[in-house]
Parts: sequence; structure tokens; C-alpha cells
Amino acid sequence: MSDDEVAPEGATPTGHEPPERDITDGGPDMVQFLAADGTRLEVTPQTEPYAAYLEDLDEDDLRGLLRDLILVRRVDAEGFALQRQGELGLWPSLLGQEAAQVGAGRAMRPQDYAFPGYREHGVAWCKGVPPENLLGMFRGVNHGGWDSNDNNFHLYTIVIGNQMLHAVGYAMGVDRDGAVGSGDPERDTAVMAFTGDGGTAQGDFNESLVFAAVTGAPVVFYVQNNHWAISEPNDRQFTIPPYRRADGFGFPGIRVDGNDVLASYAVSRYALDRARSGQGPTLIEAFTYRMGAHTTSDDPTKYRISAEVDAWRAKDPIDRMTAYLRAAGAVDDAWIERTQEEADELAARIRKACQTMPDPPHEEMFAHVYAEPHRLVQREAQAFADYQADFED
Amino acid sequence: MSTQSTATRMTIAKALNAGMRAAMERDPKVVLMGEDVGKLGGVFRITEGLQKDFGEDRVVDTPLAESGIMGAAVGMALRGYRPVVEIQFDGFVYPAFDQIVSQVAKMHNRSQGALKVPMVIRIPYGGGIGAVEHHSESNESYFAHTAGLRVVTCSGTEDAYWMMQQAIASDDPVVFYEPKRRYHERGVLDLGDGGGSLEDAPHALEDAVVRVEGSDVTVLTYGPMVKVAHAAAQAAELEDGPSIEVVDLRSLSPLDVDVIEESVRKTGRCIALSEAQTFASITSELAAHVQEHCFYHLEAPVLRVGGYNIPYPPSRHEEVFLPDLDRVLHAVETLLAY
Repeated sequence: MSDDEVAPEGATPTGHEPPERDITDGGPDMVQFLAADGTRLEVTPQTEPYAAYLEDLDEDDLRGLLRDLILVRRVDAEGFALQRQGELGLWPSLLGQEAAQVGAGRAMRPQDYAFPGYREHGVAWCKGVPPENLLGMFRGVNHGGWDSNDNNFHLYTIVIGNQMLHAVGYAMGVDRDGAVGSGDPERDTAVMAFTGDGGTAQGDFNESLVFAAVTGAPVVFYVQNNHWAISEPNDRQFTIPPYRRADGFGFPGIRVDGNDVLASYAVSRYALDRARSGQGPTLIEAFTYRMGAHTTSDDPTKYRISAEVDAWRAKDPIDRMTAYLRAAGAVDDAWIERTQEEADELAARIRKACQTMPDPPHEEMFAHVYAEPHRLVQREAQAFADYQADFED
Repeated sequence: MSTQSTATRMTIAKALNAGMRAAMERDPKVVLMGEDVGKLGGVFRITEGLQKDFGEDRVVDTPLAESGIMGAAVGMALRGYRPVVEIQFDGFVYPAFDQIVSQVAKMHNRSQGALKVPMVIRIPYGGGIGAVEHHSESNESYFAHTAGLRVVTCSGTEDAYWMMQQAIASDDPVVFYEPKRRYHERGVLDLGDGGGSLEDAPHALEDAVVRVEGSDVTVLTYGPMVKVAHAAAQAAELEDGPSIEVVDLRSLSPLDVDVIEESVRKTGRCIALSEAQTFASITSELAAHVQEHCFYHLEAPVLRVGGYNIPYPPSRHEEVFLPDLDRVLHAVETLLAY
């Protein structure tokens, strides 16, 4: 509409104006066990189904969760530093999302299979993937430096949302294998599919919900709503939050405080139990925040204000869990210092592994294009070898 | 040799069905997935009767979502299954294009060989059936262009039966193009005394086969056009015209370049024939390859005969859009006039 045109009274605005809201507020449906200051909240009828999963955590387990958070943040900081120093081409930081990922990762059993995006370094840690193995793809050495089946943690998927369907298909296979609802805790298997708020806009995400719903596949959709899809806020992706979308597909959706590791752990265990016992899919929206840039190539000062970042810093997942465990007498300064030292040693190990990672021989480009011999690839590999050999004369 | 008792006449449609049945009997991990493939047996009835015999877990009527079908099949393959996915028509594969190109084709490579995606993607393709838009396309070059995929097509009953089983047995993803206008044409299937184990297959999946021997012009073709090339060769022979050799490529990725080169070196002339639009196509690749590798044997340039480079037209045009016997013979005359 041009300036000299006057909109009639009560006319619908032509531009879409997002409602004013506090994006740090997850609303009354959000499951939370720790307040931002580390206070343990009273169990309510709403949180009661999940609280049961916290009862079997002893002090060691709780310390273990905090240790995971601290180590994972350190892994991430090292990845960032290695990129800045030119050792990696790119690093997608998980800063701020540690609790969302550790809660989900620790809720999984060894046989449960994870299908990550590319920011799930915390889930990878919990599933036992050596962190240095994550670096190869960001260094340009490979497209994925681990065997998915070693830890039941699939390779990172870069095309947003593709992996959600893989997770459902895998879960359909699990179902056919009779690994659902047998009652055997070693056998019954669930699949966890990870994406973000941006991912929920993808067709593949929505198709994965359809397939899971109609097949009843043992899959948990875990949406880390970190509020930013590169530069685009939630209101560019949806008008109804992801957890509420599940209802339309016919299965439960739960919003959990993604900065509360107890809540993300408990809700994940609840949903994984449902899947393993044959009750079908669940969608979890972990309400969290991307404290850093999208990746090291991004500049978030172009599109978001520092006050928003500050507001979320006050909800920091590590500060929160530390305050809770300090107050409970489960950790003290000495424990924290030891854990920081452990984190620094881990970082040094990762750094060394990165710096000493050999460049792959170029002829390896031609390996594993096909599982069985392929005439064209074989011919080109030979031609390449001959061409290279010319220079050696 | 074949006897009356082991040889049967069968349509391509039935042979594809029999091939899938044999694969499913051989390997319990083979699962068929697609829209309407179960109760209905597919819109072309290619999977008819298989759900009844193998159950709903192995012949799966999926939601109407091609990317969903493809992505879910990838996941099943990662769990150890061998999904055979039906795309209902050629022009409906594009919603799944991302999954095929970004995931199906690249998973094995991305995992440095640790993961395999042994899928078959069945696509009924080509025109000549008077269909509405999106039901007559020949989009094989999109997938042949993509490293990590094998692309094959059959032209007759025997290949339909054997190639389907070989594609399912392959540890690589295979895009299997089915010539839909030939579905109901009959050919001979002779399983011999062995009853048809995979070792009895007459050709490897990636082999080209000379269907008609000739000495003047090689026609490189595949799928539904093999019959057209065959007819052209017969017509030329009846008129004591040029001797046309017909090579059925069968595998479009990889190409069996040994058979191709041997034929062109013998005849010195080459036509690349397909229903597909010629620009940046399989026929383009054939022309490039032949001139690169058979240059000193060529008496004339390589000619491409295919669909015009326009969207597949309304079906009232398809009679002139699709290459026919006359266009092949015209190209033959052009080559011989050099």
C-alpha cells in the first residue's frame, strides 16, 4: 500500500504482524522441574507422569548429567576455536542447547537409534561417539567420520528434515523385527529423530509425522526449538508451536524446558518408553535457545538484539543444574574444578586429534561411490591414477 | 535348450510381478512399498496378489507422499531391509527427488562404505498411452546423472523377470524404469530346469545386449524404444536396405561401453534413440562417448533421435513427439548420405 492511500477503519493489515510476546516464556504447558535459578519445582499433576523417571536417579546420576553438560559445552567451544584458528571449515555450535541434548541422549538406551541433524554434538556424546570423530566432516576430510552402527547414532544429515523420514522408516523396521512391546528391556527399541524449529516447516518433517501416525512406529520426534533458523525467528516457521501440531497428526506432543536437563531427560524417557512398549510416536518440543551463531559463518548481530540473548543467558542450563546440585550438597567447588580440568583434557585431546588428522589420499574419492563395482567409477579412478602418475615421472 | 514345458509366454507386467515374487520368496527382508501397491496391486497391477500372499508388513500401502515413501524406505534399508519402492508414474517422482539424490544416492559414500541402501525404485515411464500430463515422461537422465545410483530399464519379458531380481539383490540403490506402454506385450520366459535361481540369469544387470545384428548402422536404445528400433531394422531388411544393428542398453548407469564401442566400430555409424528429450540426456551422453572413443571408426556424425525439447505434449501430439519407425529410418538415411 502506498503512503497516500489510507486504509479504511478496521481493515485487515496487509503485512503479517507477529504478536508481541516474551520468547523466553514457554507458557503453562511447558514441563519443568528446575526453575532458572536451580530451585527444584514442586511436582504438579501435569508433570507427575514424567517425575517418576527422576526418582531412580541417584546423586551419581545427577552429577553425571552435570558433567555431561560441562564436557559437551567444552567440546563445542573447542570446535568453535578450531574453526576460528583455521583447522575446521565450519562449526555449528550447540551453545545453549546442552540440556536439551543431554537429557534426550541420556534417556536413550544403547539399542535406541538416533537420527541427528548436524548440531547434535551433545546427543553424539551421550551415545558414545568420540567427539573427535565429529570433526572430519567440518575439516573437509570426510562426509561423516563414524560408523552409525557402532553407537546407534546416525551420521549427521545436513539437508534439513531428511533424517526425520529415515528415523520413521528405521522404526518401521524395528517394528517388523519384533523389537517393540516384547517387554524385554534389552530388546525393545525406540528411534529418536532430531530437528529444529526451522525443520518443522519442511515437507519431510510433516510427512514423517504422517508416516509415524499411520504406522504407529516407535519413534520420538525431538524438536529443539532454539528460536532461530539462521536469521528467521519462530514466526516465520509456524503460528502454532510444534508440540501442539502433534495433536493434529493424532499422537501426543509435549513441550519441555530444553534448558532444564531433568525435564528434558524425564520427558524423553517417558516418550521413549511409550515407543518401545508399542504405544506409538510422540513429539517433544524442547524449548531452548541458540546462544551462538547458526554456524561460524553466520553473524547474528544482523538480525537479533543482544537483550534477547541476555534474557536467555539467565536461563543457562549449566548454571541452573550447578545451582541445584550445590544446594543439594551433591557438588562442591572441588568437584566443579575437577570436572573443568577433565573438560580441558578432553578439549586438548580433540585439538590434537584435529591437528593431526591426515588428509585423505585423493584416490579415496573414488571409493565407496557404489557398494558393488561400477564401470564408470572404475574407469575414472584408473584414469585419475594414470594422470597423477604422469607428474611423478 | 528350451522345451515346451519350461518356456512360457508372459507379459512384461506379469514377469515383473513374478520377479518380485521370486525375490520376496528368496529373501524375507524384501519389502514392497508404495501408493496402492497392496490391495489394489498398483494402478498397473504390477504388484497384484503379492500383499495377499506376503502380508501387509511386506507389501505396504503407504500414505500419498513420495518423499515420505522414499525417506521411510531409506530408514528401512538402514535397518537391514530391502525396500522396493513404487513411484506410481514417472512425473510423480519429483517430490522424492531430494531424498533420492541427497540421501539414497549418497548414503553409502557419506558413510565411507559403512552403510548400504539396497533399494529399488520402480518407475513406470514413457509415453504412448494417451495419458494426461505428468504420466508420460522419460526422466531417466536426472538419475543417471547422479553418482551413487544405478539406473536400468527392461524392454522385454525375460529382462523384466531377471533384471528385477538382480536389482533387488544389488547392494546399491537401483532406479528401475519400466516401459509402461509395453507392460501388456508378451514375450518368452524360459526358466529351464533349474526353476530360476539368480545364477541362471542370461545377462548381468549392467550388460548391454545386441538384439539385432547388423553391419551398416548401430542404433543404441533402451526400454520402450527397443521395439521401435527392432521394427526399423526389420523394415530396412525387407526392403533390402541398410543393415541395422540394435543394441539394447538395459543399464543406463553404468553404460556398457564395451558393447557400445564394439558395435559402432563395426558399423561406423551410430544413432542414439530414446523417448526422452535429447538435450543433456542419455542420448547426449551416448553421442559424446561414441565420438570420444570411436572417432576414427565413424563414417558420419552420431545422431540423436528422441523427444523434442519441449514439455511432454498433450497426448494428441504424442504420435509425432515420440520417435517412430519413420524417424529412425530417416536418421539412418541421413547417416548413409554422408
